[in-house]
Amino acid sequence: MSATTPSAEAPEFFVRSTHDHDDGHHHETGTMIGFWIYLMSDCLIFGSLFAVYAVLGNNYAAGPSPKDLFDIDMILVSTFMLLFSSITYGFAVLRMQMNDLKGTQLWLIITGLFGLGFLYLEVLEFTHLWHEGATPMASAFLSSFYTLVGTHGLHVTGGVIWLITLLIQLSLKGLTHENQRRVMCLSMFWHFLDLIWIGVFSFVYLTGVLL
Amino acid sequence: MSASSHTAHDEGHGSFRSYMIGFILSVILTVIPFYLVMGDVLDNRLLAIAIIFALGAVQMIVHIYYFLHVTSKAENGWTAMSLIFTVVLVGIVLSGSIWVMFHLEENMMPSHDRVEQFRSLTD
Repeated sequence: MSATTPSAEAPEFFVRSTHDHDDGHHHETGTMIGFWIYLMSDCLIFGSLFAVYAVLGNNYAAGPSPKDLFDIDMILVSTFMLLFSSITYGFAVLRMQMNDLKGTQLWLIITGLFGLGFLYLEVLEFTHLWHEGATPMASAFLSSFYTLVGTHGLHVTGGVIWLITLLIQLSLKGLTHENQRRVMCLSMFWHFLDLIWIGVFSFVYLTGVLL
Repeated sequence: MSASSHTAHDEGHGSFRSYMIGFILSVILTVIPFYLVMGDVLDNRLLAIAIIFALGAVQMIVHIYYFLHVTSKAENGWTAMSLIFTVVLVGIVLSGSIWVMFHLEENMMPSHDRVEQFRSLTD
């Protein structure tokens, strides 16, 4: 281990962009691992929300059950919206590696549109449920359902806002060192949200309809 | 850009091929559980749920490997380490909650319907 040298032991709280632009990627380690740790803590939040849903999910309080409420066709469409947005984000990252600013922006815009499509379907579903009387106040099942799926939806909303901000930053400054780091961080965030959605559609929607 | 930093780049961020492999695997792993539910294929519900959960777990691993690029080597293994730690914690939270609450429910006061049900039995 090189930790015995004093310079390696001193923590770096800032990203040095004043020197070595060429191999600057070696300095990204701190930001990327830090963002990964944030994602893991987010994962714990979702883990506990899944646990809440697992415990409360079958207390319908004589109200509607998943079988009465969920429209699996629509969930399939929104699942593919997120999956497509994942692969288009991957293409944006690949374009960025080729130093192609226009390509990166184009794929990021497509990703954002898929994200917005997903959110539109979710809002549509929630308003439909609400009008049928399936509000969070109706039963413990619906309270935990709205909390879990809504938290995921809020994360996607945050991701879309971040994506728009990133597009503005890219158009202002181009593919600078800092912007490349931001693209990689949002990449992790975006793929992570798709990963959580796998849990949601398997556990909440598909299992809910079967039981 | 030097050749050495370019290879480090590819390793961390994936290639077109790896993204496509991940995408195609994800599509297959998404379509099968939806087909099981929408086509009403299996009579055995527990088996269907078990398959849905298993395919969901596999798809999560596909995402982690092909989209999030977590390998034992990335970041000197710290991403993989923190991921394993998180998975263990989530496992404890999930299984522990379900286990404890399942047993607590047995000790709960019966609902109005249940009381009426018992009354009708004793009459």
